[in-house]
Amino acid sequence: MSDTPNVVTGNLEAPTVAPPAADETQRSNTADRRREIHEVWVSGTEEPAWVRQATDEGSQEMLIGGAEQAMAVQEGTIVTDDYVIEDESDVEERQILNMGPQHPSTHGVLRLHLELEGETIRRVKPIIGYLHTGMEKTAETLTYLQGGTNVTRMDYLSSFHVELAYSLAVEQLLGIEIPPRSQAIRVLLTELNRVSSHLIWLATQGMDLGAISMMLYGWRERELCLAFFEKVTGLRMNHNFIRPGGVAADLPDGWEDDIEHMLKAIPAGIAEYEELLTENPIFLDRTVGVGVITPSECKAYGVTGPTARAAGLGWDLRKVFPYCGIDRYEFNVPVGEHGDVFDRYLVRLEEMRQSLHIAGQVLETMPAGDYRSDDRKVTPPPRKRIDESMEALIHHFKLFTDGFKVPMGEVYQAVESPRGELGVYLVSDGGSRPWRLHVRAPSFNHVQALPVMLTDSLVADSVATLASIDPVLGDVDR
Amino acid sequence: MTDNELPSDAGAAAPASTGSQDPVFSDLALLFPGATFERVEPLAGPAQDVVLVPAEDYLDLVTAARNAGFDTFVDLCAVDYLRREPRFEVVINLVSVELRRRLRIRVGVDGARPTLPTLTWVFTGANFYEREAFDLFGIDFDGHPDLTRILLPDDWEGHPLRKDYSVGSVPVQFKGAHRAP
Repeated sequence: MSDTPNVVTGNLEAPTVAPPAADETQRSNTADRRREIHEVWVSGTEEPAWVRQATDEGSQEMLIGGAEQAMAVQEGTIVTDDYVIEDESDVEERQILNMGPQHPSTHGVLRLHLELEGETIRRVKPIIGYLHTGMEKTAETLTYLQGGTNVTRMDYLSSFHVELAYSLAVEQLLGIEIPPRSQAIRVLLTELNRVSSHLIWLATQGMDLGAISMMLYGWRERELCLAFFEKVTGLRMNHNFIRPGGVAADLPDGWEDDIEHMLKAIPAGIAEYEELLTENPIFLDRTVGVGVITPSECKAYGVTGPTARAAGLGWDLRKVFPYCGIDRYEFNVPVGEHGDVFDRYLVRLEEMRQSLHIAGQVLETMPAGDYRSDDRKVTPPPRKRIDESMEALIHHFKLFTDGFKVPMGEVYQAVESPRGELGVYLVSDGGSRPWRLHVRAPSFNHVQALPVMLTDSLVADSVATLASIDPVLGDVDR
Repeated sequence: MTDNELPSDAGAAAPASTGSQDPVFSDLALLFPGATFERVEPLAGPAQDVVLVPAEDYLDLVTAARNAGFDTFVDLCAVDYLRREPRFEVVINLVSVELRRRLRIRVGVDGARPTLPTLTWVFTGANFYEREAFDLFGIDFDGHPDLTRILLPDDWEGHPLRKDYSVGSVPVQFKGAHRAP
């Protein structure tokens, strides 16, 4: 109990004795001021500006019904592909449902404006930006070495992939080749990251469809991956481990045992999930034929990754534009045919197996050698060299104060992240900080393509579809 | 569900060639004499196809590129070069699934009145990207169905990714943080 008396200034309670008139004005002034300070608005009085702003939806409203082109955008019908517009319904009977931004199945802070006719979705407008933190602007103020800490927070479920795309882009401009061992470490980590990301997707997809046990199982196996990441990088997420010039450190002792354990445990887990879901009539009911997207729609919307492959588009950047020595390993690219939620599920399950297959090959063929480039203008010298060599000391000092300079130029580098094509467009003006860093986020395109998948489906299917494109809002908003 | 092979290797092993010598681009180069076709070789890594196009040919060139097979929209972003003329540059990335090639199209945009025709009716996916470029750079896309801010609040002032938009000068907005008198 506090000794401080509970002092209330400007008490609004009716006093027993009628107060003098002067007091009355003073009291109401205090109440007004308190109202102003705490921004409380009493209904019935005039709306203050902040209330009007707070409820003003502005551009976030649906577009006017009559604007045909704009309607087509929100109905997802501009791709004239196989789409039949059947609009015989009465617009007057429609209602707007606002889903999100705080909704457990929106996987972050995504908001969907749904125009409903009964239970059927007629128009969708995804509204994003709730997690925008201006990371592309921040990147312009960080040196190339610091930039990794920034980009790794964009797609936080597949941090290694963003780091990889960024590092590859910087290395292309620098013109340095990295040793085979660092390439293998990168491949190992990104493929395990794909597994852990897909496991999260599987867990949340199950949860969104009511299979709560799926969530627990998914988290269980993902823990193996995260524990390994922690052992390697020191952090469970946001690692900043893959850096321009290689990786931050060599793999820890005993990493082979961890991989071997994962190679046994995770496929066993995947087999369990298949038993749990693939034949499950409820899961099939909720996923087969739901959220369909066609290959040509995928192309027009820039939908990539498992979502496009489930639609039958055999397109995997690891095969088409190989990077970081991924073409040295043997793996298959699963391709679906129906483009629905169930095919995405099958494609991702198989991708996990293929990624583990790659991890197994890395385990067998891990080359010896250095884990980072020996270009001392880019990578810091080993600790013990600093005590011995003046040059090393200078390099170390310059690297961590100024950072290294990157030759003028522009480059686009994309990697296949668990969600799709994750690209980094980097412009350098010759200085030690990027002039412009743009990240092409796969989730951005996928969220944009939601109208295609949702229009004319049921509200309940929107949850299944949303989970199946696996959006990461940190990636969408950056 | 099959472990399909990827599309055939057409074009994947195309020899590095410069400019309009490239068979994929020769038709485009004939149509657009104002555009420069380059095959840029970074210091490390594979070569990249880049087209520099004047703003007036932009929409036609993108449409022609789409019809020539670059039918997958990948990316659109803007860059502010501040002290260069033209000040802005819009960069779009296209992919051809059949040819297994990428194409980057760069178009300069005037700094005083940054305007470009919209790509939304060529590639639906350009919709959000153009809104992003409008939001962060203030580039106007003519004919866009819904050119509004996408990442920032509607009442935001300025376009933060412009180089003359200072990082330090934004007042932090805490709701209700008035100082008590």
